[in-house]
Amino acid sequence: MGQGIILEAKNITKVYPGGVVANHNVNLEIRKGEVHALVGENGAGKSTLMKMLFGMLTPTEGQIFVDGKEVHFSASGDAIAAGLGMIHQHFMQVPSMTVAENLILGAETGTALKVDRKKAEEITKELSEKYNLKVNAQEKVEDISLAMRQKLEILKALYRGAHILILDEPTAVLTPQETEELFEQLKLLRENGHTIIFISHKLNEVKALCNRMTILRDGKTMGTYDISDLDEKEISRLMVGRDVSLAIEKEEEEFGKTVFSVKDLVYADQFGKTRLDHVSFSIREGEILGIAGIDGNGQSELVEAIVGTLKPQSGAVFLKGTDISAYSVLKRQESGISHVSEDRMKYGTAPKLTLEDNTISKVYYTDKLKTRGLIDSKKVNQFTNKILEEFMVKYDNSKQAVSELSGGNVQKLVVGREFDYQPDLLIMNQPTRGIDVGAIEFIRKKIVEMRRQRKAVLLVSADLGEVLSLSDTILVMHEGRIVGYIDDVKNTSENDLGLYMLGVKEDSRERIGGACHE
Amino acid sequence: MNKKFTIVRLLCAFAIAVALSVCIIFAISEDPLTAIYNLFLGPFQSKRHFFDVFASSVPLIFTGLALGLVFKSGNFSMIADACLYTGGVVTAALAIKTAMPAGLHPILIMLIAAAVGGLIGSIPALLKVYFHTNELVTSLMLNYVFFYFGIYTVTKYLADREAGTFASLKYQPTAALGALIPGTKFHVGYLVAILAVVLLYFLVFKTKFGYEIRISGSNPQFAKYSGINTSKVIILTQVIAGAVAGLGGAVEQMGMYQRFNWQDSPSYAWDGVIIAILSGNNPKTVPLAAFFLAYVRVGADLMSRRSDVQNELVSIIQAVLILFITAERFMAGWKQRQEAKKALEGEV
Repeated sequence: MGQGIILEAKNITKVYPGGVVANHNVNLEIRKGEVHALVGENGAGKSTLMKMLFGMLTPTEGQIFVDGKEVHFSASGDAIAAGLGMIHQHFMQVPSMTVAENLILGAETGTALKVDRKKAEEITKELSEKYNLKVNAQEKVEDISLAMRQKLEILKALYRGAHILILDEPTAVLTPQETEELFEQLKLLRENGHTIIFISHKLNEVKALCNRMTILRDGKTMGTYDISDLDEKEISRLMVGRDVSLAIEKEEEEFGKTVFSVKDLVYADQFGKTRLDHVSFSIREGEILGIAGIDGNGQSELVEAIVGTLKPQSGAVFLKGTDISAYSVLKRQESGISHVSEDRMKYGTAPKLTLEDNTISKVYYTDKLKTRGLIDSKKVNQFTNKILEEFMVKYDNSKQAVSELSGGNVQKLVVGREFDYQPDLLIMNQPTRGIDVGAIEFIRKKIVEMRRQRKAVLLVSADLGEVLSLSDTILVMHEGRIVGYIDDVKNTSENDLGLYMLGVKEDSRERIGGACHE
Repeated sequence: MNKKFTIVRLLCAFAIAVALSVCIIFAISEDPLTAIYNLFLGPFQSKRHFFDVFASSVPLIFTGLALGLVFKSGNFSMIADACLYTGGVVTAALAIKTAMPAGLHPILIMLIAAAVGGLIGSIPALLKVYFHTNELVTSLMLNYVFFYFGIYTVTKYLADREAGTFASLKYQPTAALGALIPGTKFHVGYLVAILAVVLLYFLVFKTKFGYEIRISGSNPQFAKYSGINTSKVIILTQVIAGAVAGLGGAVEQMGMYQRFNWQDSPSYAWDGVIIAILSGNNPKTVPLAAFFLAYVRVGADLMSRRSDVQNELVSIIQAVLILFITAERFMAGWKQRQEAKKALEGEV
């Protein structure tokens, strides 16, 4: 055991139910007081490894050492007791409770019968000042921003005595400005003697923050390096195994006539909170319109209002000049709207059913698959295989369950299904979230191909790089309103978008009105 | 892998159930070998007993189909009980009060009983769609309502005042479903049950509506996003399931009885739950599951008649089976080790 090694994983192997090998003989060494990056593409096994270190999963094989002693965590409580803290991608918080109450959750102040809220608030203030993580103890979690919730999550771990912090893709929900702030705070924590494991696939961030890094590919370790030893190109080659270019080749194209528009959409949810605030825009033939914004600023509601699963209080939706506001979901699809939803396992597929059942969901009622009025399993099989092959889905047979496929392959199935029936408007909501680089490349190319076929595309994505590289025009949403309209995408940076997303900058109403064409 | 695992798991559950019942018999019986012989092989001793098994599986097939369909759509209505019982009452009324030629009489009765069953089946579904009530609760409550309504109808309008116990007047001979094999209870109703199996299989796996049932049952959110009218699915499946159960009530009455004497609800609906679970909600395997359950019951009856072990032992066998089949973690560790081994073989 080397000097100053605080956490070590040796020959860790993890096989998930279903036979997916997520980690295979993985080794990881974390030195005390460093910021250690764990990089790898989506699906490389980063989260799996961290979940095992944090006691949420048990390794199939291998050992874990903390401070040189072997440990066997059977629950995350054990890991917390050993001084680990994890900041998940999805925050584990109770929205209806205050910041202070959330902070002490699980290790409450006061007696068994009564929670000492005042003490909780004092602790929150004290910790918040000590680590320069500013939060308001009395505010309810549902009212604070994602960046604030993340700070709370870090404070929670510190309150529970963590000196090794694991951050699982912490910048995914942040604007560029917020990311910079987070990095300052993490550096401060390092100076205070904390050890940080930083999971990311954004290489520039890794470069800016970390001391060393371990690279994972396909569940195997590709080595541990000092940050200064490798340049970004070398890192990405180790991550992916080949040179990848996510640069989009897109020809200049003249936009055609307006295909789709929404006028003055207003929606307030059941609690009376405004989610869509007079949203209007239109999309033309051959145009990719990107929607940027921090998650939860009305993008999901906008998409739902367009596909028909949500009824806005006022406003109208037009497709090819027809008002389709009163149409059912099915009728909207038949009129020419297709939709790749933000959560493929929740809304986009029935994971327990077969690939066939999931691939025919747009055409199952048509004569295409029938013989003498009954669904013909041979035709279903052919149809499914055709789409899956065309969209390069890796699968054993068309009768296996969707849940047995990797995220990237499920997404390719969904995209294939939605593209196949030649819609006029494609709604792509987070089309590449959580999938491997190969699949990302493939799906982005397909989107550009649809643009070449003069389709209108609405692209909603939290990945600013994606929005900037694919879109012809960009709208930025903040608290349910459109606050920015960008038609000069080439000369726009992620930082520029960040200012709109934070609500710092806002275009004039006249300028935003430019998003509506005749 | 998955199919093989399901079969191995099923066999293990059977083995455990059999082993446990053998242990219990040895513990309580003076003559355990007679009891065991009759329980497991009794139905094979005579033609009559063997075909009794088929006859007793008929109502189980109907309720198994009905509940399997409802479960497949992701709902948990138990209204099949009321549908089957009321189907029986309707049959009694029509078999006593109407006169028709022999071929037509049973067919008409079956159609009307199915229609009534479908109507009753729609109630919990409509309540669920329009008032967001829980269909399990409403269906269980409604089962009482229809049960007592049936008792009332029979007592008031159909009862045989001469009989010493609760019984209706005798059915007209034209309304009887004849025996398929003379000298046994194996009746034409079995063919009706098999016809229902075939129809439901095609409905679930070969039609547009069947697809909608399967998608809605597996992931209602996905169904909604695919433009499927989930309310329609909820209502229509429960109407169909109710009709199947109502038909089952009619077939059972006309095939097995000369008069209506269900003073207690025969609770075939609960057996239907067992059948639905054993068959994996697939119509194709329902007759097999129903045959198995009927076999064990006929065997247990013979055992209780010919030895000192009571036929309540059946409940233990059923309970053990259901427990191990529905317990998701049962043998999951074994499955995972197999999968891990197989998956790691290919790795360097």
